[in-house]
Amino acid sequence: MSKRESDEVTGVETTGHEWDGIRELDNPLPRWWLWVWYLSIAAAAVYWVLMPAWPGISGYTKGVLGQSDRVAVAGELAALKTVRGAQGAQLATASLEEIERDPQLLAYAQAVGQSVFGDNCATCHGTGGTGAKGYANLRDDVWLWGGKLEDIHHTIQVGIRSNHEAARQSQMPAFGRDQMLTASQISDLTEYVVALSRRPADRAAVARAAPIYQAQCIACHGPTGQGDQALGAPNLTDQEWLYGSSREDIHGQIWNGRGGVMPSWQSRFDPATLKALAVYIHSDAAGQ
Amino acid sequence: MTVVIDRTHSTPPDPKGSGPVSAAARARSSNKPPSGGLYKARAAIYPKLVHGRWRAIKWALMILMLGIYYVTPWIRWDRPGSLPDQAVLVDFTGRRFYFFDIQLWPQEVHFITGLLVMAALALFLVSALFGRLWCGYACPQTVWTDLFIYVERMFEGDRNARMRLDAAPWSFNKLWRKVGKHITWLAIGFSTGGAWIFYFHDAPTLLSDFWIGHGPMTGYLFAGLLTFTTYVFAGAMREQVCIYMCPWPRIQGAMLDSHSLQVTYRYDRGEPRGAHKKGSDWTGRGDCVDCKQCVTACPMGIDIRDGAQLECINCGLCIDACDEIMIKVGRPKALIAYDTDAAVEARAAGKPAVYKLVRSRTMFYAVALSIVSALMIWGLTHRSSLDLHVLHDRNPVFVRLHDGAVRNGYTLKIANRSFHDVEAIVAFEGAKGSILKTPGAKATGETITVSVPANGVEAVRVFVSLPSDSLTATNLPGAFIVRTPAETARVKTTFLSGAANPR
Ligand code: SF4
Ligand code: SF4
Repeated sequence: MSKRESDEVTGVETTGHEWDGIRELDNPLPRWWLWVWYLSIAAAAVYWVLMPAWPGISGYTKGVLGQSDRVAVAGELAALKTVRGAQGAQLATASLEEIERDPQLLAYAQAVGQSVFGDNCATCHGTGGTGAKGYANLRDDVWLWGGKLEDIHHTIQVGIRSNHEAARQSQMPAFGRDQMLTASQISDLTEYVVALSRRPADRAAVARAAPIYQAQCIACHGPTGQGDQALGAPNLTDQEWLYGSSREDIHGQIWNGRGGVMPSWQSRFDPATLKALAVYIHSDAAGQ
Repeated sequence: MTVVIDRTHSTPPDPKGSGPVSAAARARSSNKPPSGGLYKARAAIYPKLVHGRWRAIKWALMILMLGIYYVTPWIRWDRPGSLPDQAVLVDFTGRRFYFFDIQLWPQEVHFITGLLVMAALALFLVSALFGRLWCGYACPQTVWTDLFIYVERMFEGDRNARMRLDAAPWSFNKLWRKVGKHITWLAIGFSTGGAWIFYFHDAPTLLSDFWIGHGPMTGYLFAGLLTFTTYVFAGAMREQVCIYMCPWPRIQGAMLDSHSLQVTYRYDRGEPRGAHKKGSDWTGRGDCVDCKQCVTACPMGIDIRDGAQLECINCGLCIDACDEIMIKVGRPKALIAYDTDAAVEARAAGKPAVYKLVRSRTMFYAVALSIVSALMIWGLTHRSSLDLHVLHDRNPVFVRLHDGAVRNGYTLKIANRSFHDVEAIVAFEGAKGSILKTPGAKATGETITVSVPANGVEAVRVFVSLPSDSLTATNLPGAFIVRTPAETARVKTTFLSGAANPR
């Protein structure tokens, strides 16, 4: 501590501290500052009485006003439910097309659909709905079971190879694993499929595979390889492939004949939610 | 050396009368050494009513500014449709600010920022030129305090009467005067808080709702808050707000220099001071008769003869008070006047006073102020009523279609700041053969049409598909064009397509 000294100009004592040649005068604080401080303490005491404040061992002081954020949130959620009730009811009664035609209902359905999708469908199809190898991309215009609103709605309801009695069923034979075709036949067939998708392929192999395709594949994939959405048979002439488009992928698929499972969601969601989900997927997808 | 700002060393009183006598020698009343206590109670100040030029200006400005404050929310302004008809309205629920023909949206908050910057620069400029004109004449604290002192005077009389009344024991006379004063103060405070909330709601509706208890909670809250603060700040605290709560008196030290005009006691002319007998000679002495009228008039309770000080708000009332005395004693007016430290010093040294309004500091503020003002005017006159905001979908960033075409999704926000509904035509520019579509819509085409309501925003998702032969790069520059009959907005964006099939 430096020694106390008086300021020459004002005659006021300084605090004895100095910053760059500036010394602080030791003037008294205004009295009302003290009052404000007392008032703040009093206000805090009032707050403790009115509002939840002090923690205890088995709980906390509740305050005489009974304020609780949890209760407030619950109240607001209930209010929200009533507000949304009308739109929810509309969703249940309107047809799928009607929902898509009404911009407000569409926006509501999309919002509901998006949140349900995120919680239930995103696990397989990804949060963006673009799927992955073995899981369908729901954003493009390639649909194994049809991309119309009604088709999508039905697929969500019954699932694919699920335990629902009306489940979408299709079976690609495992030509290699079940020894229905030889390894070289499968290699030739692979070239044939590559050619179908308008990519350069080994011509000799394609020629050799033509009769095999006629015999084994045409029933589902059609003579030109366009597939059949009624059967869930993929179109082999486009560029989008559920299990990949490389020669290896195609070869593996002919050999193993894989097919995935999608659950039926009918038992899990009410009809309005199922509609919202279908509308969300349909309206955000390309094509149809 | 300036007398008044530099207080780091003392200048002893000069008995021959050419120096800053009192400033240097005497401790100011408000700066008396502590009497041992940590806290000091407020000393009551009884400003005396003065008459004169500055007082007249203050009355006029008070009426003008209070008038503007109380009347503005009641000005009506016709706007089409369901838009509010209030000329000045801060609409928090609708997120708009209406100011006559101007309406600002939240994203145009830079205009408010610009206005604040202008206000700050104007304050700096005025301070550098003329000292604390803001404090003395325009600051709400000053204006309302002045009004409250006027009310006090109505009930309790002028300075001497008020002092007597306060010293007197309680009586009916004292009681009704005090009660009347406080009730009037509270009424003024209430109308102040009441006027405030009208800026945020339709005034006539709010007025009727307020009285029947249907006003918004925030309305009552702010009316109460401003009633309280007006009553306490202007009634009880007055100069304490300026001295202890306001930062500006501290900052002003950086705005002022020795060429700034401020309320100044011209010690070159006033000293040595002393009582003067009528008829006696004026030679060998100063014009100040030490009557202390300047002190009694001061609402801040200071003696301007001590030099410029933090407490002085430059209200000029001491000038009026001293001028009255100078007329009485037959000396020229303006012993206290708006003057500069440099001029007073020059005259004290026997040189002619020079006034320098144009200085690098004032030029800087003036130029900065002009630039900001010009920008504001340009901004306000060139703002379009159509605004487009484009956000590229993040998940997925693109989708490849069965034929090799690629689709990108965007969210467009089209803001229509005009007062009528518009049909906006959206097109994508940059690549050949782009096809646009909105979710749920069956139709696709080169453009889509979006209706945007008046004074509203329409958010719309747009899918853009490009055929495979347009995909010359993984990253194509593009742009959205939105056309309304009156305007066009264009926002650049990117079309992403990825190098190869994602699977
Ligand atoms: S000293 Fe003069 S100008 Fe300053 S506050 Fe007092 S009356 Fe006003
Ligand atoms: S009012 Fe004028 S004459 Fe009287 S004390 Fe103040 S400066 Fe001196």
